[in-house]
Amino acid sequence: MTTQATLPIDDTQRGSGARTHRRKKAAPSPERVNWPATTILVLCAVTVLLPLYVTVSMAFKTQGQAVDGNAFSLPAPFSIDGFVQAWTLTNFPVGAAMSLLVTAGTVLATIVLAAFASYAIVRNWERRFFRYSFFYLLGAMFIPFPVVALPQIQLTGHLGLDNPFGVILLATMFQLSFSVLLFTAFLRSIPLELEESARIDGATTWQTFWKLIFPLLAPMSATVGIFAFLYAWNDFMMPSLIISDPALQTLPVRQNLFQTQFSNNYHVSFASYLMAMAPAIVAYLFTQRWVMAGVTQGAVKG
Amino acid sequence: MSSISTSSTSSTSSTSSASSTSSTSATSSPASQRKAGRPLRSRRRVEPIFYFFLVPSLVLFTLAITVPGIIGIFFSFTDSIGIGDWDLIGITNYIAIFSDPAILQSYLFTFGFSIVTVIAVNLVAFLLAVGLTARIRMKTALRTVFVIPMVVSGIIIAYVFNFLFSNSLPAAGAAAGIPWLENSLLANPDLAWIAVVLVTAWQAVPGALLIYIAGLLAVPEDVYEAAGIDGAGKFQQLTKITLPLVAGYVVINVILGFKGFLNAFDIIVGLTNGGPGTSTRSIAMTVIAGFNGGDYAYQMANATIFFVVAILISLLQLSLTRGRNAL
Repeated sequence: MTTQATLPIDDTQRGSGARTHRRKKAAPSPERVNWPATTILVLCAVTVLLPLYVTVSMAFKTQGQAVDGNAFSLPAPFSIDGFVQAWTLTNFPVGAAMSLLVTAGTVLATIVLAAFASYAIVRNWERRFFRYSFFYLLGAMFIPFPVVALPQIQLTGHLGLDNPFGVILLATMFQLSFSVLLFTAFLRSIPLELEESARIDGATTWQTFWKLIFPLLAPMSATVGIFAFLYAWNDFMMPSLIISDPALQTLPVRQNLFQTQFSNNYHVSFASYLMAMAPAIVAYLFTQRWVMAGVTQGAVKG
Repeated sequence: MSSISTSSTSSTSSTSSASSTSSTSATSSPASQRKAGRPLRSRRRVEPIFYFFLVPSLVLFTLAITVPGIIGIFFSFTDSIGIGDWDLIGITNYIAIFSDPAILQSYLFTFGFSIVTVIAVNLVAFLLAVGLTARIRMKTALRTVFVIPMVVSGIIIAYVFNFLFSNSLPAAGAAAGIPWLENSLLANPDLAWIAVVLVTAWQAVPGALLIYIAGLLAVPEDVYEAAGIDGAGKFQQLTKITLPLVAGYVVINVILGFKGFLNAFDIIVGLTNGGPGTSTRSIAMTVIAGFNGGDYAYQMANATIFFVVAILISLLQLSLTRGRNAL
C-alpha cells in the first residue's frame, strides 16, 4: 500500500508475469484483436461524447441556427457570438475567479489540514485524545450535506461566512473525513526509523513534517486533491445555498440564469456551459493517468 | 487486493490492542494508574506542536458540522420557522412526517431511483470494464473518453440533457414516427424518473468503471488460461471466475453508489427541478425546500430521519466490507 502502483490501472501493471510468459509460448495469433468488443465500446463511447459534441457545436452556432431544432448539425456559419454574450451575461471573469478561489482554497485547505491532523493522530495513536479525534473526524462520512444544510446556512449567515470562504470551510470539512482516512492509512506504512534518523540530525517535528513526511505523502495528496478539486469545481448544491450574494457565485450556480431568462438563446447558454465545463475537462485530459490512479486508489480505500 | 486487506487488518488489530491498553489504565484508580501507567505515559510526552496540527481541524469541524447537526436535531423538536420565536413541541413533527404524502413520496422516489440507478450503473460499468480489459484497439483513448463524465459538473450536464430530452429526442421521435417519444420525457410524470436515472448513471458509470478495471486487472491471466484448458467457455469464465473474484468490488460500488444517489440533488435540479409536479423530488430537495417554505423545524425532523437512514446504510457498509476483508 505504499505506492499507487499497487492498484493497476492498465495492463502494463498487470501482475504475475503471466503476460510475458504467454507471449513466449507464442499462441497462434498473439495480437488477435477482439473486434466485436472494440466496435461495441466505440458505440458506447459515442453516447458519452454526444452530449459534449452538442454542447460544443451549439456554442458556436448563430442564434438563428441554434433555434432551428437540429441539435446535431455542425455550426454554419461559425460564430462566437454566444461566447461574447455569455461572457458578459454571466459575468464570466468574476464567476471563474470565484470558482478558482473556492476550488484552490478547498484543495489546499483539505490537503494541509488533513495531512496535519493525520500526522498528529498516527504519531500519538496511543493517546486517547488523538485516537478519539480520529473517530470523531471520521464521523462526517456518515453525515450527508442535506442533513446539516439548513442550520449551516443560518450559522454561516450569522458569522458573515455566507460567501466563498464559507463554502471553502464547509467543503473542506466534508472532505476531511475521507482524506484523513487515506492519509492515516498511508502514514501507518511509513517506518518510524525514517523519522528518527531525521531527528538525530536535529530536525524539529515541524521540519520533519515538511521536509520528510509531506513529500512522502505526495501520491496520497494527489488523490485527496483530485477528489477535492472535482467536488469544489463542479458542486452546485453547497455554493447555491451558502453564498447569499449572487455576484459572488461560482460558475455552476451562474448557469441557472438560462433556466429563467434568456431560455431561448441556446447558443449563449451552451457557450456558457462550455466555458464552465472546459477547465475541468482540459485539466483531466492532461493529468488523466493520475486522475484514474487517484480515483481508483481513493474509492477502493475509502 | 491482498495488500489492501492486509493493511486494513493490521490497522484494525493495532486499533484494538491500543484501545484495550488504554481502557485498562482508564478503569484503574488514579493511584494505581500512576504506578502502572507510568511506563506508558512517560515513554514520550506529546509535543505541543501535535496539538497545533490537530486542534484547528477539530475546532473547524465542530463549528462546521457538529454544531449545525446538534442545532438541527434540537430544532426538529420545535415549531421554529427558521427565525423568530419558537416552542418545544416534542415529537409532533416526527408524527406528522410519517403521515405526510409529500415526504413519503420523496423517500419512495429517492430509494426507487437509487436502486434502479445502482443496478444500471454497475451492470454498464462491469460490462464496459470487461470490454476495456479485453484485447481491443484504442484502449487508452476509449478509457479516456469513458472517464470524462466524472469530471463534468452534474448540474451543467443536466442542463445539456434537459435540452436534448425536451427538444432533440421529441424531434427524433416525430421523425421516426414513434408516438410516445414525441412528447418530452421530462414532461411526463410517469417517465421523468427514467431521464433522471439515465443522466445520473451517465455521470456515475466512470467511478464504478475504474474500480472494476482495477478489480479485473488484479485477476491473474493464468487463471483464465487454466480454465480455458479445462474447457470453460468465455461465458463460463465470466460467471464462474471473473464475477466471484470481483465480488468485493461489486460490494464497494453498490454501497458507494447507493450512498451517493440517496443525496441526489444537482442533476435533478438541472433536469426536472423535481417535476412534473413533485414526481421526481428527492429527499435532499424536500429538506432544502424547508428553508424557503417556512417549515424549518419540520424539515429538520425530516433531515434527522434521513441522517438515521444514512447511518444504518453506513453500518451495513461496515459489516459488509469487514466480511470481505476477512475472506
